Amino acid sequence: MHPLNRRGFLGLTAGLSIAALTGCGAAEPTSSASAPRAGGRLRAAFAGGGAKEVLDPHLANLFVEAARSKALFDKLADLGPDVSAQPRLAEKWEPDATLTRWRITLRPATFHNGQPVRAEDVLASYARILDPARAFRAKSSLALIDLPNSRAVDERTVEFALKRPFVEFPNVLAAFGAYIVPAGTEDFTTPVGSGPFRFVSFEPGKSVLLKRHDGYWEGAPHLDELEFVIANEESARANALLGGQVEYAHDLTPTTARSHAAGDRMAIHRAPNSAVQAFAMKLDRPPFDNRDLREAMFLLADRPQLVESVLAGSGQVGNDLFGKGYQHYADDIPQRTRDLDKAKFLIRRAGAEGLTVKLDTSTAAAGMVEAATVFADQVKGSGLTVEVVTGNKDSYWSDTLKNGSLSSFRSGAMPIETHIAQRLLSGSGTNMTKWTRPGFDALYDQAVSTADAKGRGEVYREMQRSLHAEGGYLMWGFADWIVGAAPNVGGISTAPANTLDWARFDQVWLG
Amino acid sequence: MSLRRYAARRLAIGLVQVLAVVTAVFLLVQALPGDAAVALAGDNPDPARIEQIRAAMGLDRPAVQRFGDWLWGLARGDFGESLISGRPVVEFLRDGLGPTLVLAVLALVLLVPLAVLLGVLAALREGGPLDKAVTTVTVGLHSIPEFALAVVLIAVFGVQLRWLPPTAVGADLLGQPAVLVLPLVVLVARPLCSISRLVRAGMIDALASDHVRHARRLGIGVARVRFAHALPTALAPAVQQVARTTDWLLGGVIVVEAVFVIPGLGTILVDAVAGRDLPVVQGLAVVFAVTTVVVNLVADLLVFRLAPRSVAIA
Repeated sequence: MHPLNRRGFLGLTAGLSIAALTGCGAAEPTSSASAPRAGGRLRAAFAGGGAKEVLDPHLANLFVEAARSKALFDKLADLGPDVSAQPRLAEKWEPDATLTRWRITLRPATFHNGQPVRAEDVLASYARILDPARAFRAKSSLALIDLPNSRAVDERTVEFALKRPFVEFPNVLAAFGAYIVPAGTEDFTTPVGSGPFRFVSFEPGKSVLLKRHDGYWEGAPHLDELEFVIANEESARANALLGGQVEYAHDLTPTTARSHAAGDRMAIHRAPNSAVQAFAMKLDRPPFDNRDLREAMFLLADRPQLVESVLAGSGQVGNDLFGKGYQHYADDIPQRTRDLDKAKFLIRRAGAEGLTVKLDTSTAAAGMVEAATVFADQVKGSGLTVEVVTGNKDSYWSDTLKNGSLSSFRSGAMPIETHIAQRLLSGSGTNMTKWTRPGFDALYDQAVSTADAKGRGEVYREMQRSLHAEGGYLMWGFADWIVGAAPNVGGISTAPANTLDWARFDQVWLG
Repeated sequence: MSLRRYAARRLAIGLVQVLAVVTAVFLLVQALPGDAAVALAGDNPDPARIEQIRAAMGLDRPAVQRFGDWLWGLARGDFGESLISGRPVVEFLRDGLGPTLVLAVLALVLLVPLAVLLGVLAALREGGPLDKAVTTVTVGLHSIPEFALAVVLIAVFGVQLRWLPPTAVGADLLGQPAVLVLPLVVLVARPLCSISRLVRAGMIDALASDHVRHARRLGIGVARVRFAHALPTALAPAVQQVARTTDWLLGGVIVVEAVFVIPGLGTILVDAVAGRDLPVVQGLAVVFAVTTVVVNLVADLLVFRLAPRSVAIA
């Protein structure tokens, strides 16, 4: 649910930014992007994997693929700024009293070939994602749909049958990659969707050119054309923007942002609470099967220092809970701060004095190695020693799911319910902390079958209280997502990465 | 041994070398942690899903069998398909070969005459101010890694002065030659230094050699002696260095492609290794190995012609 991000190349750009070499002007930032204006071609630079270059939206994994899919296709729902599901192609949804049958009404929309978006297309798209012989990313999210018993009531009404009561079904409709394609589509060399832009041309590994879809149901985009170009190196994306070769550079480092914030060549757009930064402790094996030791780790983290040094200030401290600022987040739990004396006492009580713990990390995500190094330093003098081990970035997530007891972790935005379902239930596929508690599973089942929003929120808060007290995720910060754009680009949203308004180019204009 | 027999023998050895390289590459990629399924699953490493991806990719078959199938396909001229996107490997090679060839060929076209000119000039004025200047600059330049040189050049000429485009993002290389200036400077800088040093040293030796002195005694003109008698002998080691540079260009191109965003073979290789996309890596290995073997063979045949004495016939 959170695409792989920065594919740094041999770590070439580490600590070497153009700005550091040239210095930069201290002029006031000028944003000449005032009133929306129609026309022009916007070139957007993203990191991408040449090998994975396909336009099949169900195969989307990387940020560039997510952004391209969003421009060409629609989902029934997508995530709003508070990461709650908002209607998109679905005009509305109504569950029955048991929460196992959902009636979805489609809004009037057309595909780029002029065909209307029908109930049949929705069912066919979901059937494709759920194909047992394939492994699409959204499959696990859609798995609770009982497709054989779902049906098209009429052209614009779908009735989904679910395998169990599930009040958060709109989150499923908004799942990463759950796009609606015309029924029967298998060939995506010239993709046809219902999104705000239509396909023009594609050069794998190099660029994708799209043009405005005038008949878009939400109104035509401002831009005439949108071009996605691939630049894997962060420094190359920044340089291309500075050199006027692109108007939008996705995913810049805090260092780049800091250097250019005051310049007049680049406008910096930050999206707070986009990526949680964490360390994951495994509860099913020593030493972190000991609750005292986990609490000691929570108390050893100097969060403000981590945010300042690793995120160069482009972020906020975390409180060991996922989803700060999202719907259902337990913001009433007091913020943890560093307490070395108490941590020492807890380490002694756990009998862990003199223990050395390996902290697995890698460059699979930006800042992870730095964070691990800083944290290892913060633990010094507590009786515990943390030894940083840097592993292979390509197989990192799979390796750390199985092995080790402490590892770096990061995640993009998703609803809190989805985070719990994927990572914190006994049967979760990616249970990094091995948090398996029947009582907690029961609370989750209770939450997703509670129709009343207030009552449901209370159950979510109770779950978060137990995670905060005893869980294995040391979530120390939330990184801003940083995008650079030419000063004349307007309409760039600051919603968290992975939500609807992130990388949404139908709202963007060239001033 | 005649030139023809020598060439035939070297070709046979070359074929064995290519086979050895692709086998070694296969084993090396196999030895890396994770496989294509793990790499594709990325940060969503649900074991059940990884198993499904593995089965869909046919990675559940034994490695020996997969390698055998690929080799059998290769023998019939079929490079196979990418595990990740299902596109034919030949398409990857075709897409990436263009930009890389443009870079490598232009680099060589600039490199060879420049290096010979610098080397000869320095040798003819041995110990003079020009020689000293050339020596100082070439030794200094040779010690700067391509990456650092690229960063500095982009910062100064691309971003600060705005004389040249800082990257080649979305550009058509031959349509907008300005984007090629900085990458070519970076690519040519180091080999220019090493080859001009070799030409200089070879020229100085050749000018002092017996057969050149003999030619002078026969009353042949200075220019003729220099360029018809001394230079060919001086070029022999340089030609072999150019061949090695060609191999190196394939590697140096990786850095240059990344920094300047030129989507050629280097970029494809890096992505394919990161994605454990074996068929693509293998296809590239074949291209690189064949190129290396052919270039070195041509170089040795050239040297054979230039200075028969300097080729050790094993």
